[in-house]
Amino acid sequence: MKIVVCIKQVPATNDAKIDPETKRIIREGMKAILNPFDTYAVEEGVQLRDKFGGEVIALSMGPPKAEASLREAISVGVDRAILLSDRAFGGSDTWATSYALAKAIKKIGDIDLVICGKQAIDGDTAQVGPGIAAHLDWLQATYVMAVEEISSSSIRVKRMHEDGYDICEMSFPAVITVVKDINTPRVPSLKGRLASNKCEVPVWKPGDIGADTSKIGLNGSPTRVVKTQPPPPRHTSTKKIEGSSIECAQSLLRELRLRSIV
Amino acid sequence: MIAFTDAKRKEYRNIWVVAEILAGGIQSVTHELTGAARTLADLRKSEVWVVVMGSGIEEKPESLFAYGADVVIVVDHPGLSGFIDETEAKIMKRLIIKYKPEVVICGATTRGRALIPRVSVMTHCGLTADCTGLSIDPENGDLLQTRPAFGGNIMATIRCSNHRPQMATVRPRVMKSPEPDPGRTGRIIKEEMLTSDSEKIKQIIDVFHSTETAYNLADAQIIISGGRGMKGPEGFKLLKQFAQRVGGAAVGASRAAVDSGWIPYAHQVGQTGQTVQTKVYIACGISGQIQHLVGMQSCDLIIAIDKNPDTPMMQIADIAVVGDLFEIIPEIVKGITNL
Repeated sequence: MKIVVCIKQVPATNDAKIDPETKRIIREGMKAILNPFDTYAVEEGVQLRDKFGGEVIALSMGPPKAEASLREAISVGVDRAILLSDRAFGGSDTWATSYALAKAIKKIGDIDLVICGKQAIDGDTAQVGPGIAAHLDWLQATYVMAVEEISSSSIRVKRMHEDGYDICEMSFPAVITVVKDINTPRVPSLKGRLASNKCEVPVWKPGDIGADTSKIGLNGSPTRVVKTQPPPPRHTSTKKIEGSSIECAQSLLRELRLRSIV
Repeated sequence: MIAFTDAKRKEYRNIWVVAEILAGGIQSVTHELTGAARTLADLRKSEVWVVVMGSGIEEKPESLFAYGADVVIVVDHPGLSGFIDETEAKIMKRLIIKYKPEVVICGATTRGRALIPRVSVMTHCGLTADCTGLSIDPENGDLLQTRPAFGGNIMATIRCSNHRPQMATVRPRVMKSPEPDPGRTGRIIKEEMLTSDSEKIKQIIDVFHSTETAYNLADAQIIISGGRGMKGPEGFKLLKQFAQRVGGAAVGASRAAVDSGWIPYAHQVGQTGQTVQTKVYIACGISGQIQHLVGMQSCDLIIAIDKNPDTPMMQIADIAVVGDLFEIIPEIVKGITNL
């Protein structure tokens, strides 16, 4: 089987800064990491390839330095990687991003399965996975917590819901987005590190994937960020409760009753 | 992408809500969103429409009028008993083309977050996830959507002026459910499911509904959450008792507790778990690493219980209880029982 894993390089959340002029995230100087949810997508792709043979390809869209995240995917067993990178892709929202990724997936060709992480930790939208499926008109399953079975033509997965789970079967080609439950990502082997250092990561431009330039970047994005601001401050002080366990329990109970929580 | 002209924009009217149906019942998030849609529709002097898709819908769709709906579109078909994203997306696309809504709001649930991105691509619309605030320009109908990003570190306001409808998802419990007005009435429109809606779709093999109400973090008003300080699965039994005593509470957990196998992943709060915005968050034995804090720092009231008064969680908490939670929590449980 031939698998594409879509990954995103994201800034480490704890030091995010916003440019007040452009309202964009200042990516320069910020530590970049592979989106944590995508590590589960990469691992699942590698495991399925190991079990059923074939090829697993990592795909990302981002600035040139996003190549580092693709190399990270290679270090844990992905066969090859492709980066979509061009100024024309800049400013893409989830509509335009999923369009470009879908075009790249078509260009790669003969793909059975696309695996994405549940969501990226910077935007938190969870929209790109289903967006790719919609652009390709493929079947989709989101919040996948286990791959139950695979045949040459179909996949059976367990989907997490708020009130439990369900098991569904889809014929290929299909898109799944995965949650942390699905596996435990491996650490890179020495051989993997060497492979990731050595490999070439081709960069594809809009022309390479036959993208309609009116559907990528800011032009292709129906949404516009018009303002960013810090969230309202939380509170001014912490009320500390100390004493014996019984005193602590009684004081807290009083606070809970005061607010009609109990 | 070609922007809509003014004339074309004006063809799109009314505020729509996609109902969340579980096991034939209309979920409370639907009432909350109907109330929010009412406010927007009043500003635009337009109507609130709710789309109900399901099979054997037991609850009368008319009940939604009381929450502010003017029209309820009902698609009731056995093919909609399980959640099949592809079918529901095709139906939504058809309804949108037929009736031209200005705004479509959907619950940011696992189902909503799977369905609406698909619909937005199929209909070429902008979509904003997990909005915490919605307002509308009464003149031109532009929806201003406010949402947290970077785990709540910034608030972004998003607009989609050039396309209609404008789509947004909102988490359960973010909007207040309106007081139902049993005197309100409205119209029901019955729509069919077409055979083409169920072509090329997935098969639902099995469905498992958890009977454990504490499972559902997204729908809870209060979360009682445990970390490494709970010391083992026994500790979480204590938290479950606590949650049962407090009305409407769910049990959450830190990554450390989930990775230790003390409680299933569905309970995990934080960067690789769920982001929650409850009224009350009680953190028990959670030190508060940044990855956990970004998942819960938007909760209204944060209470922390820990032996160590100096952890990040104890610093950001509104109320910090310093002490042995294995002694304090049983006392609280006793205290609530004796009320």
